[in-house]
Amino acid sequence: MATVPSTARAVVIGAGIVGNSLVHHLARLGWRDIVQIDKGPLPNPGGSTGHASNFIFPVDHSREITDLTLDSVRQYQEMGVFTQSGGFELARTPERMEELRRRMSSAKAWGIEAHLVDPDFVKEKVPFIETDQFIGAFWTPSVGVVDSLRAGTIMRENALATGALTVVPNVEVTGLDTEEDAAGRRRITRVRTTGGDIEAETVVIACGVWSPKIGDMAGISIPLTPAVHQMISVGPCPQLAEQEGEISFPIVRDMDTFCYERQHGADMEVGSYAHRAILHEPEDIPSIEQAKLSPTEMPFTSDDFDPQLEQAYELMPELLGAEGAEMRYAINGLLSLTCDGNPILGESEVRGLWTAAAVWIKEGPGVGRAVAEWMTNGHPEIDVNASDISRFHQHQKRREHTRLRTTEAFIKTYGIIHPSEQYESDRGQRLSPMHESQKKLGAFFYETAGWERPHWYESNAHLLDVYGDAVMPREHEWDSRWWSPIINAEHLRMREAAGVIDLSAFCIFDIEGPGALESVQRTCVAQCDVAVGKVIYTPVLDAAGGFRSDLTVMRLGDDVFRVVTGGAHGMADRKWFEDQLVSDPDGAGATTLTDRTDAVSTIGLWGPRARDILASLTGDDVSDEGFGFLTCREIQVKGVPVLASRISYVGELGWELYVPMDQAAELWETLLEAGGPVGAVPVGIGVYGTTGRIEKGYRAYGYELDGERSIVEAGMQRPKVKVADFVGREAYLRQRDEAPAAVLCTMTVDDHTSASGVKRYMLGGEPILTRDGETLTDGHGHHPYVTSAGSAPSLGKHVLMAYLPPDQATVGNRLAVSYMEELYPVTVGSVDATGLLDPTNERIR
Amino acid sequence: MTNVLVCVKRVPDSSSEVVLTDDGQSVDGRYAGFTMSAHEECAVEIAAQVTSGGDEATVLTLGDADAVEQLRASLAVGCTAATHVVADPQRFGPADVAREIAVVVRDHEAQGRSHDLVLLGNDAADSGDFQVGIRLAYELGRPVVNGVNTVTVADGVVTATGSGPDGHETYRVPLPAVVTILEGGVQPRYPTVPGRMKAKKVPIEERTPAAEPTGPKRVRLLLPPPAPSNVEILGTGPEAAPAVVDVLEKLGVLAR
Repeated sequence: MATVPSTARAVVIGAGIVGNSLVHHLARLGWRDIVQIDKGPLPNPGGSTGHASNFIFPVDHSREITDLTLDSVRQYQEMGVFTQSGGFELARTPERMEELRRRMSSAKAWGIEAHLVDPDFVKEKVPFIETDQFIGAFWTPSVGVVDSLRAGTIMRENALATGALTVVPNVEVTGLDTEEDAAGRRRITRVRTTGGDIEAETVVIACGVWSPKIGDMAGISIPLTPAVHQMISVGPCPQLAEQEGEISFPIVRDMDTFCYERQHGADMEVGSYAHRAILHEPEDIPSIEQAKLSPTEMPFTSDDFDPQLEQAYELMPELLGAEGAEMRYAINGLLSLTCDGNPILGESEVRGLWTAAAVWIKEGPGVGRAVAEWMTNGHPEIDVNASDISRFHQHQKRREHTRLRTTEAFIKTYGIIHPSEQYESDRGQRLSPMHESQKKLGAFFYETAGWERPHWYESNAHLLDVYGDAVMPREHEWDSRWWSPIINAEHLRMREAAGVIDLSAFCIFDIEGPGALESVQRTCVAQCDVAVGKVIYTPVLDAAGGFRSDLTVMRLGDDVFRVVTGGAHGMADRKWFEDQLVSDPDGAGATTLTDRTDAVSTIGLWGPRARDILASLTGDDVSDEGFGFLTCREIQVKGVPVLASRISYVGELGWELYVPMDQAAELWETLLEAGGPVGAVPVGIGVYGTTGRIEKGYRAYGYELDGERSIVEAGMQRPKVKVADFVGREAYLRQRDEAPAAVLCTMTVDDHTSASGVKRYMLGGEPILTRDGETLTDGHGHHPYVTSAGSAPSLGKHVLMAYLPPDQATVGNRLAVSYMEELYPVTVGSVDATGLLDPTNERIR
Repeated sequence: MTNVLVCVKRVPDSSSEVVLTDDGQSVDGRYAGFTMSAHEECAVEIAAQVTSGGDEATVLTLGDADAVEQLRASLAVGCTAATHVVADPQRFGPADVAREIAVVVRDHEAQGRSHDLVLLGNDAADSGDFQVGIRLAYELGRPVVNGVNTVTVADGVVTATGSGPDGHETYRVPLPAVVTILEGGVQPRYPTVPGRMKAKKVPIEERTPAAEPTGPKRVRLLLPPPAPSNVEILGTGPEAAPAVVDVLEKLGVLAR
C-alpha cells in the first residue's frame, strides 16, 4: 500500500470518474510526480460515480456540454467500456413534441444522428412499452451505457504505468494551506491529510459532492450542492433475462414524467427527476463507516418515488409487473447540482488550486482532458467558459443561492426550458440606483450577473400604435415568450430620437501602476499604447488564438486603464487580467487591479438626438470636433461629474456615461427629463443586447465569440497587428495567413410562413442548411447553426448570424434555416463585420 | 382461516456504524435511514405466508408519524391491513407497548376481527428489551413461543420450529397464540411494483395510545468498544487466488 509522499508536482483529490480521467490526461500531457488521493477505497471510493446510471444521451441544447459529452463517448469507446443501446425520449403531450422538434435542431447543429419517430417504431425496439401512453419520440441511435468504474480504473492504471502517478486511497484531506505572494494573491502550498502532509504548488479538487467542504479549507467557494436523484431496480424481469449482456433494449426517457427506464441485465432501473428537490449539505453526507451502502447512496424515501412508480408501471406494466420481478435496490443517490447547471472547472482565485467538480458521467473523461489541457497550456481545446469557476459573482458563491436555484431547477431537469427563461428564486441581489424609477416605468426585468436589468418598459407600450406592424409582432406563443414587441418599438424610437439605457451590470475594473500599460498590452489584441482619453475596443485571446473575451479599455492616465466588460462574463475577464498583471516592473512599485463595479454605474445615451440632449445639460463641448468617436473624458452633466465615453454597441451617435453609483439615479432622471421633449425614452436590454447590435453585425462573446473561434473567422481582423507582444499573437498571425475554415455571416429570413400559415421567428441555435435542406459542413467539420437571432426592426427583417463554410459565405447566397423541423429561406447579407444597417457607420458620427 | 397480527417497530438501520443521539436514549438514523429489524421482516414474511390463502394479515406499529413508512413497506410485501398507534415510541417501555397491543387485539376482536396469531420480532433492533412478546401473551392469556424461525398453521394448531441449546426444537400450541420470530428461517421478500402501488392505497387505522406510558426507565445507551478488525490478508497478486477460492468454497457460494 502506497504511503503519502511529502511533495508532489500536482495533487489530485478524488478518484471518481473526474479525478481518474484527470490523472490520465495529465500524465499523457507530460506531467510527472502526480499524487492522487481519496478518502475511500478503490476502485469505488463511494462517491457519485459508484452509483451512477452510466447512460449517455449525447444531444444537449448546450454546445459546450455536447462537445464534452461527445469527447467523453469517444474516450469511453477507446477504452472498450461503451455499449451502444440507442435511446428514446418520449413525448406524452403536443408541447413535448414541439420541444423534441427543437431538440432535432440541436442534434442537426451538433451533427448527431437523431429522428422523430412514432410510437410503433418505439414498440418495435422496446416490445414491453405501452404505445397508448405517448404520442411520439426522439430517437438517438448513438445513445449508450458505459462502465464508469472500469473506465476510471483503466485511466488510473494508464497513468500509473507511465510512472507519473502515486495513488493513495483511504486518506482523507484535513486541510489546504495557502500563502500570500508579494502582490497579495494567495497560492496553494500544501495539502494536509490523515496520511501526512504533501507540499504542492498545484492541487485539483475533484471530489464531487464533497468539493465545497474541501474548497472551504482554502477559503474558496465551490458552489455546488449534493442533491438526491432517486432510482430503483426492478427484477429479475423475464423479458430482460432472456437477453445476453448488460443492455439489449434502448433506454427510454419518459420526458413528461421526468423518469427514465434503463435495462441493467435482468433488471430494469427506473430513475426519477420528478420528486421534490432533496438537497443535502456536504458536511451532512455520512462517512463510509456510517453509511449503509456507500456515502452517496442515501436511504431511499419511498413516498417521494411512489407517483413515478405508478407512471413507470403504466408505461411498462408487463415488464415491471412480471411474476418474480421485485424492487431489490432503491436509493436516494447523491449527485452534484449548480446554480446554472454547468460544471465548475478551472483555477480558483487561489493560484494553483483548481477544481473539476459538478461533472456527470457523460462529461467525465472530456472534462478530465479539458482541465488537464487547461493546466498544461493555459486553455483547453474545447471551449469551457460557461463552466469556468471564475464565472461566479459574489452573490453566487453563497450556499443559499445554490440551494434556491437548484431547488427551482431540479424539476426542470427534463423540463421544457425556453432559451430566454428567467429564474424566479433569489432575484433582486443587485439593484441599480435607477431600480425604483424603472419599476414605476413598468420595466420587465431580466437578470444578468445578479443585476435586475429592464428588458423593456411597459411605459413604452404606446409606441406600439405609433409604429404599427414595423414592430414585427410574433403570432406564435413560443416565439413571443419572454419577448415583447415593445422591444422593437423602443428600438425604432431610439433610431428616430434617442434611448436611455441602464448599463449598471457592466463589470468595471481599473488597472493602475507602473506596469499598467504592459499589463493591458499583453492582454489585449488592440494597440493600448494610445493617447490618454482614447477608448479601445479589443478582442482578448488565449494562447491558441481563441476568444477569451471582447471588451473596451479606456486610457484614463499614463498608468491608469479602465476595463469595461459585460456582467455575465465579467468575473472571468477580471481573473484573466489579474493573471496577466505585471506585478512590479524593475522595482517601480505594484500594479493593481481594482474592481469598481459596485462604485460606478453606467448609463447609455444613444440616438440621432443624443448630442442635443447631452449638450442641453452640459457646458462641455460635445460636438464631433470637440468630442470625437472613441474618446472619453470627464464632463459635468447638470453638476454631476460624469466620465463620458463616445462609443456605441447599438450603432448610434452617443455616449456611455460612467457616474458614481450614488449620483446615477439623479443623472438617469435628468437624461429622461431632458430627452422627453425630443422623443427620447428609456430603452431596455432587448435593444442593447439584440436588436441594436444585430442590425450592426456586432458580435457578442458567448454567442459569436468563444475559445473555438478566431478573429479571422469572426471577420474582425484589422489591417495591421501591433508589434507589442500579447497573448495569442503568434496564433493570430498564423490565422491571418491561413484561409479561414468558417466565416461568420449575417443572414436575413426571406419568408417566415410555416406550413400551418403561422409566421415563425427563430430564437437561436437552429441549423443552417441548403435551400433543399442538405447539411453544410465547415473546415472544422462543424455544421453551421444560428449563434444569434433577433429582429432588425429598422430593416423590417429577422436577422440570423452563423459561421458558414467559406464557399457558402457570399453575399446574396440563398440558404435555409430549419426551425421546429420546417425549412425557411434565408439570404446571406454580410460576410464580415459590416452591419446590414448603415454599413458606412454614418449614424455613429 | 387464520387471522394474523404482526407487530413491527420503526428503528434506525444499524447494519453500518451505530450512531447514538446526543441524549444517549436512542440510535440516530440520520445517515443510515430507518427500517424494521431483520426479525420483524421475517415475521412479516411468515404472516404473508400463513395468510397467503386470502386471510387477513394486519400489520401494527406504535410509532411517530414517519412509522407509516414501515406499515406501507409491510403492506407492499403481503400484509392486507394496517393499524398505527401514533405516539412517540421513546416514551414507551416494553410493558407499555405490550399493553397497547393488547388493547388493539381486544378492540379488533370486539369488531369481529379476531387475530388468532400474533407475531412479533424476537427483540427490537434499537432498544433490545426482549420483553414485549411474553408480556403481551400474559396480558392476553395466550400461550407464547419465543425465538423460533418458522411457523406454520394447520387445523387450529401453530407449529413453530427453531434452534435451542439442545438442538432443533419444535413446538405445537393451539390458537390463539403469540409467537416471536428470530431471523433465519424464512427469506423476506422484496416488494413488487404492483405490491407497492397496492400498499399505497390501503387505508391505515390510526389510533391514539389507550393509556399514559410508564416509560422505558432506560438510563442511557452506550456503544460497545469498536470490534477489533478481523481483516485477514490472504495474499497479494495472482498467488492469492487459491486462498480466495478456498474461502469462497467454505462460504458455499462457489459451485465447482
